[in-house]
Amino acid sequence: MFVCHCGTNIAGTVDVEAVADAMKSESGVVYSATYQYMCSQSGQDIIKKAIRDYELGGIVVCSCSPRMHEATFRKAASSVGMNPYMVEIANIREQCSWVHKNREDATSKAITLARAAVAKLKLNFPLTPGESGVTKRALVIGGGIAGIQTALDIADAGYKVDIVEKSPTIGGKMAQLDKTFPTLDCAACILTPKMVDAAQNENIRIFSYSEVESVSGYVGNFTVTVKKKARYVKEDVCTGCGLCTEKCPRKKIPSEFNLGMDNRSAVYIPFAQAVPKVAVIDSEHCMMLKENKCGVCSKVCTAGAIDYTQKDEYIEEKYGAIVVATGYEPISLERFGEYARGMSPDVITSLEFERLTSAAGPTHGKLVRPSDKMKPNTVVFVQCVGSRCEPSLGKGKEYCSKICCMYTAKHAMLTKEKYPDAEVYVFYIDVRTPGKNFDEFYRRAAEEYGVKYIKGMVGKITPDGERLNVSASDLICRKKLEIKADLVVLAAAIEPSPTARALATKLASSMDTNGFFTEAHPKLRPVESPTAGVFLSGACQGPRDIPETVAQAGAAAAKVIGLLSKERLTANPCVAVCDEEMCSGCSVCGNVCPYGAITYVEKEFRVPGGRTKARRVASVNEAVCQGCGCCAVACMSGAMELKGFMSSQIMAEVDAICRTSR
Amino acid sequence: MQDKQINGYRPKIAAFCCNWCSYAGADLAGGNRLSYPCDVKIIRVPCSCRVDPIFVLRAFRRGADGVIICGCHPGDCHYTSGNYHTRRRMSLLFSFLDYLGIERERMRVEWVSASEGAKFAAVMNDFVSEISKLGENRRLEDVRCKEQTETRLSEER
Repeated sequence: MFVCHCGTNIAGTVDVEAVADAMKSESGVVYSATYQYMCSQSGQDIIKKAIRDYELGGIVVCSCSPRMHEATFRKAASSVGMNPYMVEIANIREQCSWVHKNREDATSKAITLARAAVAKLKLNFPLTPGESGVTKRALVIGGGIAGIQTALDIADAGYKVDIVEKSPTIGGKMAQLDKTFPTLDCAACILTPKMVDAAQNENIRIFSYSEVESVSGYVGNFTVTVKKKARYVKEDVCTGCGLCTEKCPRKKIPSEFNLGMDNRSAVYIPFAQAVPKVAVIDSEHCMMLKENKCGVCSKVCTAGAIDYTQKDEYIEEKYGAIVVATGYEPISLERFGEYARGMSPDVITSLEFERLTSAAGPTHGKLVRPSDKMKPNTVVFVQCVGSRCEPSLGKGKEYCSKICCMYTAKHAMLTKEKYPDAEVYVFYIDVRTPGKNFDEFYRRAAEEYGVKYIKGMVGKITPDGERLNVSASDLICRKKLEIKADLVVLAAAIEPSPTARALATKLASSMDTNGFFTEAHPKLRPVESPTAGVFLSGACQGPRDIPETVAQAGAAAAKVIGLLSKERLTANPCVAVCDEEMCSGCSVCGNVCPYGAITYVEKEFRVPGGRTKARRVASVNEAVCQGCGCCAVACMSGAMELKGFMSSQIMAEVDAICRTSR
Repeated sequence: MQDKQINGYRPKIAAFCCNWCSYAGADLAGGNRLSYPCDVKIIRVPCSCRVDPIFVLRAFRRGADGVIICGCHPGDCHYTSGNYHTRRRMSLLFSFLDYLGIERERMRVEWVSASEGAKFAAVMNDFVSEISKLGENRRLEDVRCKEQTETRLSEER
């Protein structure tokens, strides 16, 4: 029995000496001690010494959550020859000292928890984990900057990587950006070479216009089915010349890439630098696919790449690791009617502003009002549209979207650069600029460029003839403002990609209340998901800017490389086991098993009279079983058990908890 | 909580928490220092579907005043479908509690995700105050168990 002080984290509320003393008299306990930091080297040495000196069969560590240091103590125990699964943790920090204030109560609870752990430990038996191989191939879901960078880093280490991207080209949101803060270098100039690198890297395969259909398996051995949507163009034949897009008679389709600010044809290439640079036919608008009339594209295509009969294709592949890089989307502003979005084309979102200023955008980089293509003289930027919203409002997000302060400063600066005489206002709640050279950048916008920063929110925007009436309040001067604006830019909050939820279910990976993927540990394991073998890269985990995304992409790649470099993985030994003597072969366990880990075999059993008889019994595939224990509860004859969480062990814990006096 | 302080009564509560969501949620409640009564003692299970209805009955027989089972939200189970099994099994167990004459309020099934530390603490506060109102669970009191417990306790003293 080892009781940790955890500095004052535990010892501040729990009388650790009293816990250690109380446990000395517990039956089966031969040694009980306390130490400041059990997880430290010297703490572990105390444990190792005691195991050797007293020839302990098992140990209980009263410390922080097993999610934190169970692995640490198991490793320490196994280094001196004890089976690592003879270690039990009593969680007296997160679930005791941190949540209770009364010292007496907390101490008695700690004693109870320690007793429960001892009761369970007495029924533990040594477990040996099985081993499984590792498929040396990684899957990256999402082909934005996060996915591209992760794939490039993994491929650099010599492993095969597949990128699955749902749109016809990789590049993601970053491809739509004009310039990037705080250096104002153009996004395309730094992104497109990476896209080309990814396409040319022999270790990388890109499945564009594809989605993950299903995922099965476990760390090191995932089996994934990828649905390659029919693009009606042979990818390996199309040269990307673009002739079909010019000749296509259906031209009035709002372009996704330019956010509906200009049009594309029914057969299209999303943008000039698309990777793969292959046309795709939009089946919703193509007259040939809908009405069997037209066929112009196939006539003009000299390469003969058009194939109207193409079908969705399903590709099954095995992977050792999966990286989620599904990114973000700006929120829909439907419920923010006060900003006149939809009532006037001159109320735009920040992403639309990016397209307006981009040289490859609908106006070829000329910043004009979308309504009359005239120069805007007064531009109003509204920050935190949908970010940091009160939950009582019933719309928007509670969190800070993080990137808006910086890109709004950038937009304001770019506006001033293009039109030095324009009046530029930025309405903000707070300006948040933590980041290298970020605050300097913001101050340059405000001080050098003369952008008017006003603390306060915009209450209402009303179209007034050709202009927009912006009613706002200035919280510092405590007065109401009325501004006649030509262009209003809304910094919409960002949210996880709408496809992420379904993907999380397929991966059995958890999400937080906002729909962002959760990490295994917020500080110490930021790029791993709680599901082994699934890693996180970029804004799918929370709002972040490009430098952070790239850093995280590299970190995720490093974790994947670490995993793929192993020849064999040790599996979780806490798996189901069947007592064949008791099993009746009724199939109930197989029906509830979510992994199909249970099969049934005919086995010979001895029966009275010296004969044998064949009987059907359940058999657990230990490599496939994940150890949920559902079968153990479903089993009617009590033949199924879950190692490490046996019924007898859990009941011993229940007894120990109920044993204490009221 | 207040009721308990007035009459000095402390309920015994066993909480089964699944390792992936609710146990992590409880850890988060700890990390955020959100307090709840210390009468709640948590038992870690890999999935809420590992909780056999027998464990719940065992707890009641051994004198627990309340039992709460916490798992991932439906659809978010780490093992894909475990909590659906829990939901079905436990809804049957509620009817069985009626049959035994144990108030069904003494058992609860809650979905608490790993990010819902605040919900975990709120649920526990609420459950403890409800159990405190119900008072001791004497319905399944097993005389032999009680004797055993008392001898053991006196030995310890």
